[in-house]
Amino acid sequence: MKHIWKFVSAWPWETLLVVLLLLTIVLGNALSPYFLTPFNFSLMVEDFVEKALMALPMTFIIIAGEIDLSVASVLGLASVLVGVTWHAGMPLWLVIGIALVVGVAAGLLNGALVTRLGLPSLVVTLGTLALFRGLAFVILGDQAVSDFPGAFTNFGIGDVPGTLIPWSFVLFVLLALLFMVTLHWSWIGRQIYATGLNKEAARFAGIGVRRLKLLLFILSGLIAALAGIIFTARISSARADNAIGFELDVITVVLLGGVNIFGGRGTLVGVILSLFVIGALRNALGLADVSGDVQNIVVGTLLVLSVLGPNIVQRIQVVLSRRRLAAESSKQA
Amino acid sequence: MKKLFLTLGSSLLVFVLLVLAGCGGSSSSTSSGGTTPTSTGSKLNIVFLPKAINNPYFDTAAKGAMQAATALNGSFKQVGPSTASASDQVTWINNLTAQHVSAIVVSANDPNALAPALKQAMSQGIKVVSYDSDVAPDARQLFINQANSEDIGRIEVQILGKQLNYTGQIAILSAASTATNQNAWIGFMKDELSKPQYKNMQLVKIVYGNDDDQTSFNDTLSLMQAYPNLKGIISPTTVGIAAAARAIESVNKGGKVALTGLGTPNQLRKYVEDGTVQQFALWDPGKLGELAYYAAAALIQGKITGQPGQTFSAGTLGTYKIGANAVVLLGPPTVFDKTNISQFNF
Repeated sequence: MKHIWKFVSAWPWETLLVVLLLLTIVLGNALSPYFLTPFNFSLMVEDFVEKALMALPMTFIIIAGEIDLSVASVLGLASVLVGVTWHAGMPLWLVIGIALVVGVAAGLLNGALVTRLGLPSLVVTLGTLALFRGLAFVILGDQAVSDFPGAFTNFGIGDVPGTLIPWSFVLFVLLALLFMVTLHWSWIGRQIYATGLNKEAARFAGIGVRRLKLLLFILSGLIAALAGIIFTARISSARADNAIGFELDVITVVLLGGVNIFGGRGTLVGVILSLFVIGALRNALGLADVSGDVQNIVVGTLLVLSVLGPNIVQRIQVVLSRRRLAAESSKQA
Repeated sequence: MKKLFLTLGSSLLVFVLLVLAGCGGSSSSTSSGGTTPTSTGSKLNIVFLPKAINNPYFDTAAKGAMQAATALNGSFKQVGPSTASASDQVTWINNLTAQHVSAIVVSANDPNALAPALKQAMSQGIKVVSYDSDVAPDARQLFINQANSEDIGRIEVQILGKQLNYTGQIAILSAASTATNQNAWIGFMKDELSKPQYKNMQLVKIVYGNDDDQTSFNDTLSLMQAYPNLKGIISPTTVGIAAAARAIESVNKGGKVALTGLGTPNQLRKYVEDGTVQQFALWDPGKLGELAYYAAAALIQGKITGQPGQTFSAGTLGTYKIGANAVVLLGPPTVFDKTNISQFNF
């Protein structure tokens, strides 16, 4: 019992997420008898894996005190490039390579505008959100490329033989482990936290804040392009409107995961728990035939609450401690 | 401790909100269908997945499908994305597959993007029927085609011919010069015009408004200036016909230049009522939805397997035969005029 209390007080937000996840599972089970089936789990993971991938670098960026709103547009642009280059007859390795390079370039542009020109990332990436999506539409219009080889599309929808675990999920688990080690057990992670907590102090401590942020944006672009390749394989179709609006879920996942929007705080454990909460929630609502608009209302509400929640808790704590202080000082007087 | 209770309290709040939002949503989205629950025992659990929900065209189709559901004592429901997005449709297909519905009737936003998910659904024993907009042929058992090019092309010339007493100059206002559908229809229009009864009708010009309202409007005005004796215009595009109706009205030639083509009742109601357009053609989406439901039901009940040549009954619509490539044709387009336009809302 004592251990549990110790864990809860050390990890309050993560505990809350575990509770939320359990509640979501209960809710899902109540809404549909098909919720707790392995087949449904496989479909749920398949549907959410691109958002899950993009949430990893997004966690780093938000902890470092910035944001990247353009991820879904980079995904769309990468998807279109996969389509166009494949259609032009290029070999698959080159197709994937070009998409990844363009992802890096997109991240480089975001990062350069933020770190070299000192512009706020909220505005920069809002602009590139429109810019990259616009480019995708200019290149492919309302056309779609879909004559991809089986080997490519199988990676998108195929499972590890003999199981219901999608290949793309295996990739996510590997990357998640890599990101977790980097954030929590390496000097890079410590630099990210320091940068988010206090940029000036971090700089005086010898951290290359601008270079670090630039690298994080490049990483975000790279992973978004990777997600674009997986998305294209999954629906075996390259389209300019692929994954429109995904940034809502990605950012909600990260903030609900307990990452502070002002930077400096949060864990990947929380983000991964939150991924399952949002993924399971959308899936459960979908099984209950709740329309996408209403699902967005729920996710949007969660986003606001996840920012509001810690804020309110903090304020109440401040009020309580002030009262305690006042009470103590009046006692002394 | 206090912090803990606050955290738990707020988590409870979130949960309550979620449940409320979830319940509110689920009741509102299933209210579109729900004639009978799945417990009828007939296992006709048929779900329509249109390009987008809250679209009058697909809502009309849903009404037709509901009629068929009532007739067959099956269940009907309509789900779908709020914007016409292919990837959202994939998510819905996966949801429906997990629910083991008995059939998915889909109008595809992208023929190939939906194919892997639909194939997965079929591998789970779910019947797949496409309507309105087809998917890749190997990803469905049947396609319910609203109309074929020949019927559409010929009927527009027939309507105009009757109105003009088979005499006078006519022109065509099309979409883009490269538009596949329109060019196929125009081909059949020319063929129809070559028949002897049209010998006094001359097609003087084909103009291309590119499905842009302003361009189509200006094209119509220039047509009437260039050919003062022009008697009729055919516009086989919904954008073109609406723009042409406005252009004809703007120069007070309503009734002097006859206009017909493809349009939707809501768009052309005003012009039909004031006489600018006497008749125009389009398929009836209600019948399309009804036929699609009957086809899905016949597949579920094992009456058909989707092989060309098989026939099935579609209630009051009659008996239908499966054609090549597992396509079922709805039949000739519906002609709309003053007498029937008030019955349609799409």
